[in-house]
Amino acid sequence: MLAALISVLTTTGIVLSLLEETIVFFGDVPVGDFLFGTDWSPAIQPASFGVLPLVSGTLLISLVAMLVATPLGLGAAIYLAEYARPAVRKTIKPILELLAGVPTIVFGYFALTFFTPEVLRGIFGFNVGIFNGLAGGIIIGFLIIPTVASISEDAMSAVPQSLREGAFGLGAGKLQVTMRVVFPAALSGIVASLVLAMSRAVGETMVVLIASGLVPQWGANLGEAMETMTAYIATTAKGDIATGTIAFKTVFAVGMTLFVITLILNLFSIRFVRKYRQIYE
Amino acid sequence: MSAHSEAIGRPSGTRRAKDLVFRVAMFVCLGLAIGLLAVLLVDVAVDGAGSLTWDFITSFTSISADQAGIQAALWGTIWLMGVCAVFIVPVGVATAIYLEEYADSTKWWNRLIEVNIQNLAAVPSIVYGILGLAYLVRGPLSLGPVILAGGLTLGLLVLPVVIIAAREAIRAVPPSIREGSMALGATQWQTIWRQVLPAAVPGIATGVILALARAIGETAPLIVVGAATVVAFNPGGLNDFFTALPIQIFDWISRPQTETNDYRPLAAAGILLLMILLVLMNSIAIWLRNRYEQRW
Repeated sequence: MLAALISVLTTTGIVLSLLEETIVFFGDVPVGDFLFGTDWSPAIQPASFGVLPLVSGTLLISLVAMLVATPLGLGAAIYLAEYARPAVRKTIKPILELLAGVPTIVFGYFALTFFTPEVLRGIFGFNVGIFNGLAGGIIIGFLIIPTVASISEDAMSAVPQSLREGAFGLGAGKLQVTMRVVFPAALSGIVASLVLAMSRAVGETMVVLIASGLVPQWGANLGEAMETMTAYIATTAKGDIATGTIAFKTVFAVGMTLFVITLILNLFSIRFVRKYRQIYE
Repeated sequence: MSAHSEAIGRPSGTRRAKDLVFRVAMFVCLGLAIGLLAVLLVDVAVDGAGSLTWDFITSFTSISADQAGIQAALWGTIWLMGVCAVFIVPVGVATAIYLEEYADSTKWWNRLIEVNIQNLAAVPSIVYGILGLAYLVRGPLSLGPVILAGGLTLGLLVLPVVIIAAREAIRAVPPSIREGSMALGATQWQTIWRQVLPAAVPGIATGVILALARAIGETAPLIVVGAATVVAFNPGGLNDFFTALPIQIFDWISRPQTETNDYRPLAAAGILLLMILLVLMNSIAIWLRNRYEQRW
């Protein structure tokens, strides 16, 4: 019983620690300036604390990631669930799980030293900076493929065989069965996997910190450096930051924003699964 | 072409062609995902293999790239994993026992705990770093940026993984074992301690190893907690400053690169070492699962 309380205490601890300093921060900076300001330059005088460039950087990079991960992840899931032979599936699934277990700093290294210079600059030339939002987004996309593929595959495999057989019996082809019977039946699991993947992309730190640069950008130029909320926290909150300074408080205010965004995504995902989960006998 | 006409007779040629194109497209998606993993591994191996020597493992980091090594970070990581394991095993198992054996799942507070654990599993790791900074390093506990604070932060981060794995392992022990034990006069606690837990140990151990495998590569929370980047000694206790493998790798990646002092091969070699440790841990987990898996 006491041990179970630790998990509750952790959550309370997270919320309280974030809230405490955030409230202090809003004593110094008006809430409206923070939420709707488009200039984030806390270290330059006169300081400005508009969080929108960080939020837009985070969302743009996550959007690119989802554009990569949604088709590739769902495609992989469909192939594994509907087409692959059992032996193939048994070998491929652990490999996907291995992909999920690779530390994200490795993906960051790969994005900076290989993907940007060899692939992106090969295609776009020097329109792409050494640090850019595009590389971060695409690599995070690959990073979250296992999340999408694994959960969606489980959802599609859970669709009972009798539904497929019924559709085949009515003369449907494999493509029709997959897209019009299995896919809709597994939709709740598929949407949950996408939302969870989005939440991982929003919270990912190391890839953007290494590959996307640290310049807050209020715009949508993916070829240039962008700063995300996570990257700002990681660069500002090093161990030697002094308690009580404005920089210290911004870490908590930005952390709170990040926490609220991911919490909404997670709750949405949990609810969606509960509401639309089909119960088959 | 209507579905009706297709239903009669053999599938038409266009439909078979469409099926084939779709099948190939789905296969390409899977191939791309796995292909990238392969490219990534080869790239890191090519960059780092030359630097992964015994000298690299036994030297400390240095201002000149050709003399720098990873010893302090390796020991830092070993210490962190130790603290993390000592924390997550009792807390994770106790939570799982409570939720599976004692908790009445119709009560609102037990449901709250369950939703809460689900949610915790999806909180960004850097937020745990902020928690560690506010309450462990500073604030109420004021430990400072030391091994204990780092290990506990990582422990809180991977606790949901352990709880979920331990619950599954405990649930897999059939009720007949419990009933048999109770019928022989054992108390509920004796039943749990002498019958249920021993039967669930392989599953729990697998979960703990997988949790540690996740913790070993976490970088962001340690940065926020304040792991140092230049440490020229091995930690000797819980209250020592530390660095860790991913922190050292990050430091080398982000240093300015010059012709004479190139840290990239070092970063790649560090990544190789980290990946070797990961593969080892995962192999042990898979071996445990296969060796001790019980069929009831």
